[in-house]
Amino acid sequence: MIRAIRRLGWVFGILVVLLAINLTFQQFLLAPRINAEPGNQRTVLAEYERERGPILVGTKPVARSIATPKQTYKFLRTYPDGVLYAPATGFYSSLYGATGLERQENDILSGDDPRLFVDRIEQLIAGRVPEGGAVQTTLLASAQKAAASGLGSQIGSVTAIDPKTGAILALVQSPSFDPNGLATHDAAAAQDYYEQLDADPDKPLLNRPLVQTIPPGSTFKLVTAAAALADGYEPDSVLPGPASYPLPGSSKSLANWSGAPCGPDNRTTLANALAISCNSAFAYLGNDLGADALRTQARKFGFESSFDVPMTAATSRYPEDPDDAQTAMSAIGQFDVAATSLQMAMVTAAIANQGVTMSPYLVNQILAPDLTVLSSTQPKPFERAMTQQNAAALMGMMVQVVNSGTGSNARIPGVNVGGKTGTAETGGGRPNIAWFVAAAPAEDPQVAVAVAVENAGQPEVSGNAIAAPIARSVIEAVLQR
Amino acid sequence: MKPRRTELGLLIVAWAIGAVSFATVDMATLGTLPVNYVAVLVGTALVLLAGHIVIRRLAPHADPVLYPVAAMINLMGLVMIHRLDIADQLRAEANDRKVPSADAVAQATWVLVALALFTLILFFVTDHRRLQRYTFTSLVAGVVLLLLPLLPVIGTSINGARLWIRLGPLSFQPSELAKIALTIFFAGYLVRKREALATVRRRILGLGIPRGRDFGPLLVAWLVALGVLAFQRDLGTALMFFGVFVILLYVSTQRRSWLIIGAGLFALAAVLGYLAFGHVQQRVLIWLDPWTYANDEGYQLVQALFGLASGGLFGTGLGEGYPQFIPFAKTDFISAALGEELGLAGMLALLVLFAILVERGLRTGLACRDPFGTLLAVGLSSVFALQVFVTIGGVTRLIPLTGLTTPFLSYGGSALVCNWMMIALLLRISDRNRRPTMIAQSADEALTQMIRVGIDR
Repeated sequence: MIRAIRRLGWVFGILVVLLAINLTFQQFLLAPRINAEPGNQRTVLAEYERERGPILVGTKPVARSIATPKQTYKFLRTYPDGVLYAPATGFYSSLYGATGLERQENDILSGDDPRLFVDRIEQLIAGRVPEGGAVQTTLLASAQKAAASGLGSQIGSVTAIDPKTGAILALVQSPSFDPNGLATHDAAAAQDYYEQLDADPDKPLLNRPLVQTIPPGSTFKLVTAAAALADGYEPDSVLPGPASYPLPGSSKSLANWSGAPCGPDNRTTLANALAISCNSAFAYLGNDLGADALRTQARKFGFESSFDVPMTAATSRYPEDPDDAQTAMSAIGQFDVAATSLQMAMVTAAIANQGVTMSPYLVNQILAPDLTVLSSTQPKPFERAMTQQNAAALMGMMVQVVNSGTGSNARIPGVNVGGKTGTAETGGGRPNIAWFVAAAPAEDPQVAVAVAVENAGQPEVSGNAIAAPIARSVIEAVLQR
Repeated sequence: MKPRRTELGLLIVAWAIGAVSFATVDMATLGTLPVNYVAVLVGTALVLLAGHIVIRRLAPHADPVLYPVAAMINLMGLVMIHRLDIADQLRAEANDRKVPSADAVAQATWVLVALALFTLILFFVTDHRRLQRYTFTSLVAGVVLLLLPLLPVIGTSINGARLWIRLGPLSFQPSELAKIALTIFFAGYLVRKREALATVRRRILGLGIPRGRDFGPLLVAWLVALGVLAFQRDLGTALMFFGVFVILLYVSTQRRSWLIIGAGLFALAAVLGYLAFGHVQQRVLIWLDPWTYANDEGYQLVQALFGLASGGLFGTGLGEGYPQFIPFAKTDFISAALGEELGLAGMLALLVLFAILVERGLRTGLACRDPFGTLLAVGLSSVFALQVFVTIGGVTRLIPLTGLTTPFLSYGGSALVCNWMMIALLLRISDRNRRPTMIAQSADEALTQMIRVGIDR
């Protein structure tokens, strides 16, 4: 029996070696792949092992991790003022992943970014748990709050940018959501909340200011006016301005909102047409300039380009191959023109910034855990959209809109505010959208803002009544900073 | 008394490792030393010492390594069960639910029962050869124990396998006891029949083929194993009984043909089982591609693999991982839980401990001067070896999963008690082997067992 037992010993030895080899595969050689398998909550949990860096507005955190000792997840992501900043921060959920800055700046926040390498080594040597870096946004708390309280419970979005840099000062939407509800470690509650948000017809999870493209309505007349100035028109050039403009190649015609002609003898100046938002004059301009000129001008403002702020904003568009009637319609921001509120803020900002469109950005600085600055965003011009002279002329016309035209509710005593009202028909059973874009002060612009509010109340919504007061309070907030 | 001093030394090492591990778990999870830490340490030391004194009194010449190694594995199991208890406790507290009673305490109570039966075996079985008299009693006992769970009132199914009997608050897994009874039967039966079973009529390709009528016992064992598979849905137990029988058949007859025939029958059973039973098919499919079934039937295995992978080379550290995510982490999947927190290094150490245990058992068989004792020792060692291979191989995806507990590690009283009874039997055989009245022992030989050649042919 001895030989048989010895052989048996060898066989058992081989079994042990097989187990050992297999363990080496599972725990070492295949481990990186297994760790990366979808649905591996340990990998998710590993992200909660160390303190995720905060997202800051100024020096105040709007997203931060707090230690939760003795729990499965060692840190909980919390959002003071979560609803207000949700369009910027997004959420960070173990169940639904991350969105917004939480997603785009994840490497910095989690501490994986190579720029944090030295810190990681230091933390390792000091025996401290590694922490993530901080992301400081360009947002201005006062502007953000002014926009949100202006919107109230209305459905809409507000985007404000610094015309000279492209820094986003306000990014607000309503309805918004509370990222705390999704970051909670109570999986059932997070799921309930997510499903409730997902089912909401008003789409609180949609990033309205950056991603929702809607017809810009009469605010697009700024683009048409810029194209006209580029073509040699001047603010006091005389245009036809009848009560309604017959659409070429069509039996239909385009009426003015007021139903009246825009001036005596059915004529008006370019400046007056903008001030009173004269549809017939701008429809005429559209046909006179042609679709290509309008598209070229729109592109210089950022239409048909994609911007990573770092979240990727939706591309605003000008219709592809419009006929004459459609060109006339698109000149007043209808037909297939669609823009985000970010885009309309950029148009306004470019006019205010002496004609230069700046690339928009939301992250001001990246900070190490000890708050030393790792990098600062340098403002980047996107394109010159207008000559300095034309831009000044158009800005002057916009000041007229506020001072003597349709944008009276944006007036601020002692400040020259330039603005433009708009009303867009969205169709599809959704209410019209009241727009207001503005920049101020005209001589040294600090802020450009675009406000878009859904309004079911009046069929002929005036951007002045609903959107302009919001724009004004945002401008006031920025100027008082 | 030199071997006993070795045993005591090894025990102190095991106790110290257990004590440090226990404290590590609580420091990592709760941030404090365990409540009653000193009391637990003293209690553990007393229990370990009690076993040691029992061996000193009742089997003074027995192998000095078996007991400390088994104790070490048992302590690691207790530490992991305690660690998972804390995870349960924290989860209950976080969700404002009632904290479940600690399984580690229950398991520790079972250790006391195991110690009692360990003592009783060493006390009453003064000579293992007396067990040979109960060869057929063991067969009847083994079969009855196997069939008990199928009885209507007391039999209970847990997680699909009908393996338990329930008597009031106590549930017991009689197949564990059947392991011992049937191993005694196999050894006793094969001692008598081995001459006949070794007879060769023809040779094919150099292999001696046994006579046709000698196939009977193997076929019976095979059918019983198939029956266990069919009626109790227990792949692991079926495989283990058949495996141990084939191993002992081979060892007793020295005929490799029995191994090959056994392997053939096993393959046939595997194919039949695969075709006939959905649960066998499912396990094979999960084994081949667990990721496809990651959220349903393969969830357990996938969680185990996630745990092992996250452990990596050196583990997350005790209390630092998430072994509570693995279903049945305290029982069938305890080695995956250990692998997560102790890493590849810890798993290899664990494998070495099991290897030492089995090797010591086989050596006890080699050194035994009577064939019954040899077969019994080899049989008991093989039960450990197969069980370890099947369970650790199963949770690490080397082979398909079968429902078996890992010896000394898994939570579960019946298995723990029976494993300690098996250690007691091995110690008894070993003690007989090494009695100085029979063979003079030098101090050196006390550590490595004497091997006597020529007693059995």
